[in-house]
Amino acid sequence: MNFDWASFWHYLFQPTSVYLHGLWLTLSLSVVSQSLGTLIGVAAALGTQSRFRAVRALVGFYTWLFRGTPLLVQIVFVYTALAAGGIFRFEDIDLGFVVIPGNIQAAIVALSLNEGAYMTEIIRAGILAVDHGQTEAAKSLGMTYFKLMRRIVLPQAIRIIVPPLGNEFNAMLKNTTLVSVIGVPELLLATQMITSATFRVFELYTVVALYYLTLTTLWGFVQAWLERRYGEPSRSVAQNPGLVAGLRKLLTRGEPVR
Amino acid sequence: MSAKAVNGDILQAIGGIPSETKDTVVEAIGVDKYFGAHQVLKDVSLTVKRGEVVVIVGPSGSGKTTFIRCINHLEKIQKGRILVNGHLIGYRERNGRLYEDAERNIARQRREIGMVFQRFNLFPHLTALGNIVEAPIQVRGIARAEAVETGKALLARVGLADKANSYPAQLSGGQQQRVAIARALAMRPSLMLFDEATSALDPEMIGEVLEVMKELAREGMTMIAVTHEMGFAREVADRVVMMDEGRIIEDTDPTRFFTAPASDRSKAFLARILR
Ligand SMILES: Nc1ncnc2c1ncn2[C@@H]1O[C@H](COP(=O)(O)OP(=O)(O)OP(=O)(O)O)[C@@H](O)[C@H]1O
Ligand SMILES: [Mg+2]
Repeated sequence: MNFDWASFWHYLFQPTSVYLHGLWLTLSLSVVSQSLGTLIGVAAALGTQSRFRAVRALVGFYTWLFRGTPLLVQIVFVYTALAAGGIFRFEDIDLGFVVIPGNIQAAIVALSLNEGAYMTEIIRAGILAVDHGQTEAAKSLGMTYFKLMRRIVLPQAIRIIVPPLGNEFNAMLKNTTLVSVIGVPELLLATQMITSATFRVFELYTVVALYYLTLTTLWGFVQAWLERRYGEPSRSVAQNPGLVAGLRKLLTRGEPVR
Repeated sequence: MSAKAVNGDILQAIGGIPSETKDTVVEAIGVDKYFGAHQVLKDVSLTVKRGEVVVIVGPSGSGKTTFIRCINHLEKIQKGRILVNGHLIGYRERNGRLYEDAERNIARQRREIGMVFQRFNLFPHLTALGNIVEAPIQVRGIARAEAVETGKALLARVGLADKANSYPAQLSGGQQQRVAIARALAMRPSLMLFDEATSALDPEMIGEVLEVMKELAREGMTMIAVTHEMGFAREVADRVVMMDEGRIIEDTDPTRFFTAPASDRSKAFLARILR
C-alpha cells in the first residue's frame, strides 16, 4: 500500500490556507443555503394552502421540478446553461469589503432552490400536524392568517419540523461538494487542487473524508440537542419551558411572558 | 377544587362591559347553511338583545355548533344574513348581493366576539397568562405591561391567580377552560359564544366552569351558550332556544321551556336529557 503517513498527518492537522478557505466555503454555503431554503420552504408551504389555485399550482410545479431533477444538473443549469443560453449570467458582486464571485452566487441559488423544494414538504407536514382547533381559536380572537401562522401555528409546527430539518442540513453539508463542478473551491475542489500539485491523492481524499465525517458528526450532536429541545414528541411543551422561550426568540420579536 | 372559581366581579378586570350603542347584539335572519348537498341550517332566525343570555339546546346533529360558528363567520352561510352589533358579519352587500368580506374585516369583527370551545383550544406553547395577553397585544396593539396587568386580574377573577406561568398541559380541564374564558374576555368582547364549554370536562370540574359562566351572565354579558347543562339554563338563561334538524322549533323563557314545552320534540328531548 502506498500511503504516506507523514503527509496524511500534515494535511489533517496543518491544513493549507486553500484548504481552510474550502472549509469556510463548505460551511458558509451550507448555512446560507439551508437558511434560504428554509425560508423558501415556509413561503411555499403556505402557498400550498392558498385559496388561489394558481398559487398552489405554482408551488406544485416548483417542487415537482426541483425534486424531479438531479441537484448536479440544477447547479450546472443555473450557472452554465442559463449563461450559455444568453438568459442570465451571474456576475461578480463587489460589496466593497468582499467580492462574491458569480459561481458562488449560482451555487447558493441552486442549493437554496433545491433545498426549498424539500423543505416545502417538511414544513407543510409540520403545519398540517397542528390541531385545526388552534387556527380556529386564533381566528376567533381576531387574528389574520399571517399573524396566526407566525404566532400560533408555526411555533407549534417546529416540533415536527426540527428532526427532518436536521437531516436536511446533514445532507446539505455533503451536497455542497457538487458545486465544485462550477469551480467553487469548497473542500472537495480544494482537495483536488492540492492533489494536482502534490499527487498525494490517497492521503488527501482520506483527509477530506475525515473532515466531512467530523462536520456531520459535530452536526449530529447539535441535532440531538435541537431535537431534545424542540423536537421530542413524547415530551410535552409544558415540561420543557425552555423550548418556548427559545421558540419565541426564534420566530418572534416578543420576549416570553414571565 | 383548590381555589374558588370566581372571585368577585369578573368584568371589572376588563373595565366593565364594553360600551356599545346598539341594543341588538345578534340578528340572524333566514339563515341557510349547507355542507355540500346536506342542509344543516334551515331558515334560522334569532335576535339577541344586549345583556341577554340565550341557551341553545337540541339533539346531536341538529346544527347548534354550526349555527354559533356562523355567528363569528367560522362557517360560511348560503342564504340569509347575520348581523352583529348592527354590522353584517363575514359579508359585504353590493347591489343587493352578498360577497364574502376581506379577511382583515372579518378578523376585525371577530375581535368583538369571544368564543369558548368544547375542547378549550388553548395555545400549548404559551403560558396561561401568555394565552390571555397574546391577542390583546398582537391584535389590539395594547402595550404588554397593560395587557399583562389585565390578564393577571382576569386570571385572579376566575380563581387562577397562581397559575399565570403554568402551561396548558400542566392544568386540569376545568382550569384550562377557565383560562380559555379569560382569554376570550381579554379582548373585551361585546358577545360571548360558548359551544358545549363543559362537555369535555370530568364531572367534578363542570361546576367550576359553570360558576364562571353564571357569574358572567349575572354581570350582564351578552351570551349565546350551547349546553346540555339544564341547571345553567334554569338559573341564568333569559331564553331557551330549541333546535331540531337545522331549525329553531322553540324559542321561549326557561320556565316555560321546562314546565310546558310547546312541541312534542321538545318534550321528548327534555325527557331524555333530564331522565
Ligand atoms: N365540517 C362539516 N362537514 C360536513 N358536515 C358537517 C360538518 N360539520 C357538521 N356537519 C354536519 O352538520 C350537522 C350539524 O352538525 P352540528 O355539529 O352543528 O350539530 P350539533 O347540534 O352541534 O350536534 P352535537 O350536539 O353533536 O354537537 C350534522 O349532520 C353534522 O354531521
Ligand atoms: Mg355541537
